[in-house]
Amino acid sequence: MSFSVTEPTNRIKWVAGILVVGYALVTIAPLLWIVATGFKSGPDSIAYPPKVLFEPTLEGYVNLFTDRTRATQDMLDAAGAPRNWYEQIARDQGTVITGASRYGERFLNSVIIGFGSTALCMILGTAAAYAFSRFRVPLKDDLLFFILSTRMMPPIAVAIPIFLMFRNLGLNDTHLGMILLYTAVNLSLSVWLLKGFIDEIPVEYEEAALIDGYTRFQAFYKVVLPQAATGIASTAIFCLIFAWNEYAFAVLLTSGTAQTAPPFIPTIIGTSGKDWPAVAAGATIFLVPVMVFTILLRKHLLRGITFGAVRK
Amino acid sequence: MTDTPIDKIARATPAGMARRIRGFSDRTIAWIFVAPTIFLLLAVNIFPLIWTIRLSFTDFRVNRPNREVEWVGLRNYERILTDPDIWATMQATAHFLIWTIVLQVLIGFALAYLINKNFRGNDLWTTIIVFPMMLSPAVVGNFWTFLYQPQIGLFNYVIAFFTGVDPASFSMIGDVNLAPWAIVIADTWMWTPFVMLICLAGLRSIPDSIYEAAECDRASKWRQFWTITVPMVLPFLMLAVLFRGIENFKMFDLVVQLTGGGPGNTTTLTSIDLKREAFEKWRTGYSSAYAVILFVTVFGLASIYVKALNKVKQR
Repeated sequence: MSFSVTEPTNRIKWVAGILVVGYALVTIAPLLWIVATGFKSGPDSIAYPPKVLFEPTLEGYVNLFTDRTRATQDMLDAAGAPRNWYEQIARDQGTVITGASRYGERFLNSVIIGFGSTALCMILGTAAAYAFSRFRVPLKDDLLFFILSTRMMPPIAVAIPIFLMFRNLGLNDTHLGMILLYTAVNLSLSVWLLKGFIDEIPVEYEEAALIDGYTRFQAFYKVVLPQAATGIASTAIFCLIFAWNEYAFAVLLTSGTAQTAPPFIPTIIGTSGKDWPAVAAGATIFLVPVMVFTILLRKHLLRGITFGAVRK
Repeated sequence: MTDTPIDKIARATPAGMARRIRGFSDRTIAWIFVAPTIFLLLAVNIFPLIWTIRLSFTDFRVNRPNREVEWVGLRNYERILTDPDIWATMQATAHFLIWTIVLQVLIGFALAYLINKNFRGNDLWTTIIVFPMMLSPAVVGNFWTFLYQPQIGLFNYVIAFFTGVDPASFSMIGDVNLAPWAIVIADTWMWTPFVMLICLAGLRSIPDSIYEAAECDRASKWRQFWTITVPMVLPFLMLAVLFRGIENFKMFDLVVQLTGGGPGNTTTLTSIDLKREAFEKWRTGYSSAYAVILFVTVFGLASIYVKALNKVKQR
């Protein structure tokens, strides 16, 4: 092995490794605790001292997806034998299932609004980024700064007039309203990121295509888009994660039909007080997809979270 | 020269139509591509902003739409700037901002420095450390209330385990002295990875040759750290502080779920206060003025800071 003055010694590497792994374990502990609590029974979840080893149960997940009522012995007798495994779990807690909970709907809303706004944002954002990257747009720098500055406003501050505007347009508590809103919020990030990605594609490719008789549009979608695919995909995932996690607008502008999961999960309560296993189960289902995306995205993380200000 | 029929048609076509066949001009395409974005941003950002400014001079209330709206001039602004409660809110926000930034910069930089030592498996552990910042703050904040429960909460148990105090004797979110720290801890847990990632980018941008040169000059490791590493990472670090500063000034979701602004008003950050005024007390005019004051503060502070950042970059 060649000697390098900048390569840390093995001892330093060991110390650094141990410290970082130590921090990582502390930082991931609350997340593991969420996942674990989702599989605990009610009493186990609030036991003292906190239980690390416990008998796993699907109680939390059953409670998450169902509405139940506390049952007297008469009701239990009248209901007859449980028909399936989840009814059995509800009976074991002394409750009977009265119907499906709203979690499924809320989760579906998150999916519709998240993917809808991401798709729209990518279409508008890629086009705008291409124009900013390739053409002489009047007032380009001002427009780009304007696009960036829209991100500085506290959501609550713009929420008042948006609330009034949506009410007048009938967009309050609708999927379309939320999709448009999240698209607008995400556009600033997307345009900046995508412009960076498109800037890196050599103009010569398009010029060659134009000489070969392609129109601008053809050059755009046959030459530029395939080249920018990776950039577009990682930008899309950032937009999706934002829309997925957003809370402030969701809690103020939606209540019934279009409510997403983040405002809903904290409101989950059981038949007697806060049902932490159900909350944890809801959180687990909601958070795990993002963790998976984070692992897939780890190479592109930096550019997305810094608005493209830091490039590799 | 051969004259094919296609060439003849091409020559006979008027210039305007030829352009239309060939496609739109670049200028037209530029507008077609940019216009929808600008339109949407105007509709969802600028139009509401102008509306907010207009409302801020009135005593309009959303919950009483039929009432006569009066122009009150600058009275809303006057009332906000002289209200001691607002200053208490600002203080809570300042406490939150300063401590989260200090902790996140220190821990984030230290982590980046250690990860940059390139030990085996550092990619995997970096990804794990990044998890918290990718998750929904509201959902995670709500779960932190569970970790902070006296006695049964994991956080209290761990603290009790290491310090020997009774885990039921303190309540992070119920105590007026501890609650401001409860939100600082949760936010630091969540956002330290952000500062870490940016510092890491800074550290990785320093070319090895500079260290090699310093080594040739027999500069000590300590001196190398202060004269090479720190100045080279500083612009990145300042960028991270800018982003965190703006984000935490806007902070709403994590804290509202964690403490709801309580106990008392000890963790009522400006966004939470604004939400109460606008969507619980429905004082629309008053809260619009409040929102305008917040904008001006963020823009003002951010632009002063960006100037300072540019100076550091130029050095």
